[in-house]
Amino acid sequence: MADKKPGKTEDNPEASRRDFLVLASGATAAVGIAAFAWPLIQQMNPASDVLALSSIEIDLSKIAVGQSITVKWRGKPVFIRHRTAEEINAAANVNLAELPDPQNDKERAKKPEWLVVVGICTHLGCVPSGQKVGENRGEHGGWYCPCHGSQYDTSGRIRKGPAPTNLPVPSYEFIKDNIIRIG
Amino acid sequence: MSVVFKNRLVRWIDHRMPIFSSLHHEMYEYPVPRNLNYLWNFGFLAGLMLIIMIVTGIVLAMHYTPNTTMAFESVERIMRDVNYGWIIRYIHMNGASMFFILVYIHIFRGMYYGSYKAPREILWMLGVVIFFLMIVTAFIGYVLPWGQMSYWGATVITNLFSAIPWVGEDIVTWLWGGFSVDNPTLNRFFALHYLLPFVILGVVFLHVIALHRFGSNNPLGIDMKRPQDSISFHPYYTIKDAFTIGLFLIFFCYFIFFNPNYLGHPDNYIPADPLVTPAHIVPEWYFLPFYAILRAIPSKLGGVLLMGGAIAILFVLPWLDRSPVRSGRFRPMFKWFFALFVINCFVLGYCGANPPEGHFILISRIATAYYFAYFIVILPLLSVLEKPKPLPASISESIYQPKNHLE
Repeated sequence: MADKKPGKTEDNPEASRRDFLVLASGATAAVGIAAFAWPLIQQMNPASDVLALSSIEIDLSKIAVGQSITVKWRGKPVFIRHRTAEEINAAANVNLAELPDPQNDKERAKKPEWLVVVGICTHLGCVPSGQKVGENRGEHGGWYCPCHGSQYDTSGRIRKGPAPTNLPVPSYEFIKDNIIRIG
Repeated sequence: MSVVFKNRLVRWIDHRMPIFSSLHHEMYEYPVPRNLNYLWNFGFLAGLMLIIMIVTGIVLAMHYTPNTTMAFESVERIMRDVNYGWIIRYIHMNGASMFFILVYIHIFRGMYYGSYKAPREILWMLGVVIFFLMIVTAFIGYVLPWGQMSYWGATVITNLFSAIPWVGEDIVTWLWGGFSVDNPTLNRFFALHYLLPFVILGVVFLHVIALHRFGSNNPLGIDMKRPQDSISFHPYYTIKDAFTIGLFLIFFCYFIFFNPNYLGHPDNYIPADPLVTPAHIVPEWYFLPFYAILRAIPSKLGGVLLMGGAIAILFVLPWLDRSPVRSGRFRPMFKWFFALFVINCFVLGYCGANPPEGHFILISRIATAYYFAYFIVILPLLSVLEKPKPLPASISESIYQPKNHLE
């Protein structure tokens, strides 16, 4: 413990060779440990086979007007609703200032008759009801979350209840007239 | 002990829980003989290897599935799809071999320098416990990939217990959880393979406690008597251990990156098939000497007993070798029998790797006889017959006047 510390002192004005060795070997060890830790951390990220399944294609031609389907994408439900004219109008004719999370319906639907949203309530992650005929769709004709009473409109926007934001729209594109690819 | 820490938080904690004092005592100022050679680095390296195995093993367990329908595919998925899964598995797979290389050198070092002798008998016996647990852990770990060698290795080794009179068959059924090696076997092997390394870690802790009671043995085999016989663990041996970690990792990395399957068997990349046994089944290299002993005996029970006895006899080694001199350097006859013992272990390993036919049977019988004779006949006799060379008065004296005593 009483050893003289290596380094710049009054007796030893130059940094010693030992300082260089200590720093160089310490740096090498740090790089080595980091290089070993990196794979151990990265292995918990999605593996190649998981990433390979991260996009899906859906044929919309079988979905009648007014009908909804739920597909599983990345382990989550995605709601696809073939909206009726009334539903499209209801979604379009809203005073945006009244919305908790204002967003125009045109930004949310690439084609007005098709609404694609991730079916997970933005409050605490439950799946809202309203996909099947006869299920509670809430006051605005969209979806109603049974857990804590959040209500979404026909554009999937939050209208009432504790949820902070609209149902998110996943990235998707029409690869043909009636086939979309999500992801 | 009377260390004063500069940091006030460290002082505050240490006053209530003296973890820093004891670390300082056991890993800093801990006195170590100043004359250790590089053979004394292998225990530290083995400890490092245990940590590497536990870390990579926990990671592999995040992706592995212990079910006969999915085990093989889940390992292949680790190799192909999991991020860096290939390197993590190759570290773990070759790590088992590295662990045994380090531990075998560690054991041979202890045998040559008499590190098992009083007052270090418990230290030695704890080491044998660790070795035995390593054998079990390595064996059940090899079953998990569920390839052909996994399956048939598991079948052959668990069947060893069927040699036990009267209850053997029942014990084997109990081990299997069925009437053959199957899903229940794989599932419990996975549970045990996860558990046992932590048991090993616990025994390693006891091993270190026992070691620190009297400190390391040394190449002269004499006790530390004066302060100048020893130097502090830090920085002298920490830096020496760090240096050999570097050398060892280069050796280890050669296998991981350039020859990852050299120490394994290609047959284990064929999924397990309970209907077809591979033409030539052999265990991993580190079991080959014991496997040769098993096959050398033309009796099922006898072979099993001798194979178990080959490990069990290590427990009583401190009481078989009664010579008062520890280090083989001062035992003119012992050193030759010991050298022959080491060669004999390689001969056994060579026989174990070859089919049990022709002259291999005879050689493995002679080698088995020598293995046991070394412990039961040669060491007790040498204790009486051998006249050891005079020992140096102290470690420091032998360093300052090397020619007088070392030759």
